[in-house]
Amino acid sequence: MKIAIASGKGGTGKTTIATNLTATLASMGKTVQLLDCDVEEPNCHIFLNPHIESSTAVTTPLPDVDEEKCTGCGICAEVCEYGAIAVVKEKVLIFPELCHGCGACEMFCPEDAITEIGREVGIVEEGRADGFRFIHGRLKIGELMSPSVIHAVKIAGRESEVVIIDSPPGTSCPVIEAVKDTDFVVLVTEPTPFGLNDLQLAVGMVRALGMPFAVAINRSDVGDNDVKEYCQREKIDVILEIPDDRKIAEAYSRGEMIISAMPAYQKLLETCWGRIIDIHRNWGELTS
Amino acid sequence: MKEIVVISGKGGTGKTSLVASFAALAEKKVLADCDVDAADLHLVLNPKINYREDFSGGKKAKIITEECIECGECEEVCRFDSMYYPDPENEIPCVNPIFCEGCGVCVRVCPVEAISFDDAVNGEWYVSSTSHGPMVHARLGMAEGNSGKLVTIVRNKAREIAEKENLDYIIVDGSPGIGCPVIASIAGADLVIVVTEPTLSGQHDLLRAAELTAHFRIPTVICINKWDLNPDIAEQIETAAKERGIKDVGRIRYDTAITKAQIMKTSVVEYTGGAVSEDIKQVWRNTIYALG
Ligand code: SF4
Ligand code: SF4
Repeated sequence: MKIAIASGKGGTGKTTIATNLTATLASMGKTVQLLDCDVEEPNCHIFLNPHIESSTAVTTPLPDVDEEKCTGCGICAEVCEYGAIAVVKEKVLIFPELCHGCGACEMFCPEDAITEIGREVGIVEEGRADGFRFIHGRLKIGELMSPSVIHAVKIAGRESEVVIIDSPPGTSCPVIEAVKDTDFVVLVTEPTPFGLNDLQLAVGMVRALGMPFAVAINRSDVGDNDVKEYCQREKIDVILEIPDDRKIAEAYSRGEMIISAMPAYQKLLETCWGRIIDIHRNWGELTS
Repeated sequence: MKEIVVISGKGGTGKTSLVASFAALAEKKVLADCDVDAADLHLVLNPKINYREDFSGGKKAKIITEECIECGECEEVCRFDSMYYPDPENEIPCVNPIFCEGCGVCVRVCPVEAISFDDAVNGEWYVSSTSHGPMVHARLGMAEGNSGKLVTIVRNKAREIAEKENLDYIIVDGSPGIGCPVIASIAGADLVIVVTEPTLSGQHDLLRAAELTAHFRIPTVICINKWDLNPDIAEQIETAAKERGIKDVGRIRYDTAITKAQIMKTSVVEYTGGAVSEDIKQVWRNTIYALG
């Protein structure tokens, strides 16, 4: 079973829930993996101190022009929808950051002058944390295409009983890449106007993808009641509420796991896991 | 005219709350919400929309079912796995617009021209008025890949307004992360403020954001929010920043007034005259100073 931990708004506690839930499942004796797909700001490793065993470059295809064969016809620039190729005075200029690696130029070059080479956009690192396999990706500074790195992290994940995915925040294409082909999405939010607004966007996203999901509320006692009322109205399950606790904030600031600093929270996460299983099992009936 | 962009490596560090307070403190300014993926500034500033325009992030492919001869070539060439077969009775594909990257390869490959390729509207942008002056903001449709393009539209429009009305400041609420929308938010700005928290994650993200702004050679300062949550790490972050030539524009203490102001739909400096507001006012003064 694959579970994505996502949120419309950043900084709501996605990483806290992803890391602590994974560790809880591992201590329950499950084989579990954690994939940190927040490749722009990967933070899980700060809490887990994993032992990294291997590191692989993530590459995306980039055209390479054989100048001997190129006649400067300009067809490659014409077929590129992203403006990543310009042909000036019969010379081909390539702008790597704009390339989406779709292969159009290579496919349509009448002279067969284009081959594709790999361009490094990030890395994927694999290793072990306490009791489970850990994989994360890192987008290279100045690169735009985080979905390619996310995709590579997900491919590196192997079959196992449970896979937990820490997704990037938001609802745009990197998030879709992280949550697609998972079995369940947990949307983490805060009970504030910003939290509610961003939760509504995220709910719109998972509904459009047709995925089973539920909500977790972090710092559940800081703001107002609007998030809970919204969930009630929309018949969305709230499977976890973590109160605002200075001890949690301090443990977080030092890069400590909540379940190590305050073992009582492990029970809360075990219950949360049970609810995920139930909701997932009944989802078909619930929605039909 | 100076453009100040407020970003945060990871989200949720109080970036938008700081921008809302700047909106109340600065004179002669225009506001731009470039966090188009999760825009929140409007929740505090209650903008009255005067103008709206559709946004298209690019084209999307669509199969014209009646024309399709079921050859399967489009599915074969699509590198983004956008095609699926909704009807088990036939082999007529359908493009999932969420996954389509708009590369157009299928359109060119289809032997019977059965695929249309039109601009897909996936968002809107607005010019509004608020009690703190003009504001440009946007709403990005779900799953849109081209958020950088929308960010650029919002910034350009804000610049146009600033020039026309002879304003002193463009105050930009940037997006989190280090990818496409952030790069579009900061390119060519006069000053970037990175708002962070005194946590190891905050430190890690700050350093990545600093690398990004250095990569694009944009003057950068930092501001630590909730600094008293962990004074040691706050200090560490400021030292690490200084080593990279990044000054700080002050610290903001932890205060529940920040959440309360949000609930009251107002900025912190308007909500309370307390110490936290003094912190923010000092950050604004230091920011103006850092602009030179
Ligand atoms: S335009 Fe490109 S991404 Fe979209 S369906 Fe066609 S081949 Fe796939
Ligand atoms: S290439 Fe054209 S005709 Fe062939 S399956 Fe695709 S849409 Fe249909």
